[in-house]
Amino acid sequence: MTEPAPRMQTTNLTAMYGKFSAVKGVSLDFAPFQVHALIGPSGCGKSTFLRALNRLHEMSVGGWVTGTVLLDGADIYGPDVSVIRLRRRIGMVFQRPTPFPTKSIYGNVAAGLMLEGRRPKAELDAIVERSLQRTALWDEVKDRLHTSAMALSGGQQQRLCLARTIAPEPDVILLDEPTASLDPQGTQRIEELVFELKRDFTIIIVTHNMQQAARVSDTTTFFYLGNMVEHGPTTQIFTTPQQEQTEAYITGRFG
Amino acid sequence: MAATVPPTGLSQQAAPLKRLTGAARGDQLFRLVLTICAIVIPVLLLALVLMLVRGAAPAIARFGLGFAATKTWDPVAGQFGAFPMIVGTLLTSLLALLIAVPLSLGVAVYLTEFAPGFLRRPVAMVIELLAAIPSVVYGLWGVFVLIPLLQRAVFPFLRSLLGFLPFFQGAIYGPSVLAASIILAIMIMPFIMSVSREVLLAVPNSQREAAMALGATRWEAVRTAIIPYARSGIVGAVILGLGRALGETMAVTMLIGNRHDSSMSLFAPGYTMAAAIANEFNEAATPMHYAALTYVALLLFVITVLVNAAARLLIWRVSRGGVSGAKAE
Repeated sequence: MTEPAPRMQTTNLTAMYGKFSAVKGVSLDFAPFQVHALIGPSGCGKSTFLRALNRLHEMSVGGWVTGTVLLDGADIYGPDVSVIRLRRRIGMVFQRPTPFPTKSIYGNVAAGLMLEGRRPKAELDAIVERSLQRTALWDEVKDRLHTSAMALSGGQQQRLCLARTIAPEPDVILLDEPTASLDPQGTQRIEELVFELKRDFTIIIVTHNMQQAARVSDTTTFFYLGNMVEHGPTTQIFTTPQQEQTEAYITGRFG
Repeated sequence: MAATVPPTGLSQQAAPLKRLTGAARGDQLFRLVLTICAIVIPVLLLALVLMLVRGAAPAIARFGLGFAATKTWDPVAGQFGAFPMIVGTLLTSLLALLIAVPLSLGVAVYLTEFAPGFLRRPVAMVIELLAAIPSVVYGLWGVFVLIPLLQRAVFPFLRSLLGFLPFFQGAIYGPSVLAASIILAIMIMPFIMSVSREVLLAVPNSQREAAMALGATRWEAVRTAIIPYARSGIVGAVILGLGRALGETMAVTMLIGNRHDSSMSLFAPGYTMAAAIANEFNEAATPMHYAALTYVALLLFVITVLVNAAARLLIWRVSRGGVSGAKAE
């Protein structure tokens, strides 16, 4: 087999809110060191699917899940799994930037590392600097690391959240419409970063922006009404989709 | 308001336009009434201060600022000093905060983050009910239930445990500074609790999830994201509690023992400014006694204003640190 083993794998994953199934029996493989885009109209279950991958879905009111999700072959819903450890291996960036407003820029990037226990200051400094460099933020903030993160622009805040997410070196990064609240320039920076970061991480990005999916991703999955309609290499999905619904959506006939 | 009506020849439009131009009368009246309402507040405040200063004038002239540092309070000899009650007021309020703040914060965090859904509203409602109980009822409960309990079990235990500190030495009285502080703590808890609960509820879910997604435990999410986000509101809640503690009269009068004394021991009776005014105003025999009590009232007013001003400053400085919720969203 030439294909590498999938980093994450879902089998018949169903995510419910009470009695409503937001995601219906989705089976997908996510190969390592690639960018996987999830597209579809709003309310189609793509964000819920994403949140089931780091077990954030179960925090929602009435949220529960059936089916299996594997991370490197291990069931993340297994009885012995520590949700805390799991989430340290699967980072997440949200639709709107969520810096911690009382922490400095430095404090924000270090927040995840601090949760793992004490580290020597020099090591922490090095990781913070490296994380900010990898998110192309270092040059913009290096002179004001200890000032409030809230003074940054929206795009900078989102890159800061990305830096905070990669600082603990997770295996997988989940991006939930990370550019939805950004201007075109901020969006472009994030897209460039996503492309860069796939060398080190497996990235799953939810987006309602089809051009974005086409630009940054290696595989694309189309969701509609909680069902996985089509999954395949991005070029194939956007040039020769197999399903009529997919074609209708990417050509803008609905959604 | 200055809607200039273009002259028009169309007779159908004339009638509605006429009505439009005449419409401001009601608003002007409304505005006048509201302005008067708004002016009444500062005028009342000013009148209150004037009354206090005038009433206290003989005592101010006689004792000056030294009044606040003098320990004697002897109505018969005409000697008055408010030091013990100022200390008593600040000490009971501070102790009450020390007891009430951690407890109320714990309850608020439990109710917003940990309690099962069906428990949250009922418990919050019960706590808000506690705030509605008249203070004299708290006082009565304090006299008949709390004091015997403290005297029999809690105080002896504290003395054997912490007796090496001057605060926990000496004879155990029932009515005491500590008993009053505990009843105050119980009385201000509902306020601190319900305000901090509101504040914690207002923390956007995205903050909670951001912390959880980093692999924070519930407790770590509370500590790193939720409480810092809410801190200026929490400070506000504490200040509200402090304001109430400083001015609380009835329950404190019933429990503190009402003695003009500034002993180090928390087991000993003491006095607060509010309790002294309430207790002695009826019996004030000489004009100077009246004036002295009014002076105490003036000082209480000043202290309350100062505490509130300091609180505003604190909240302002805390929120300037970047806590402002509006910017975060």
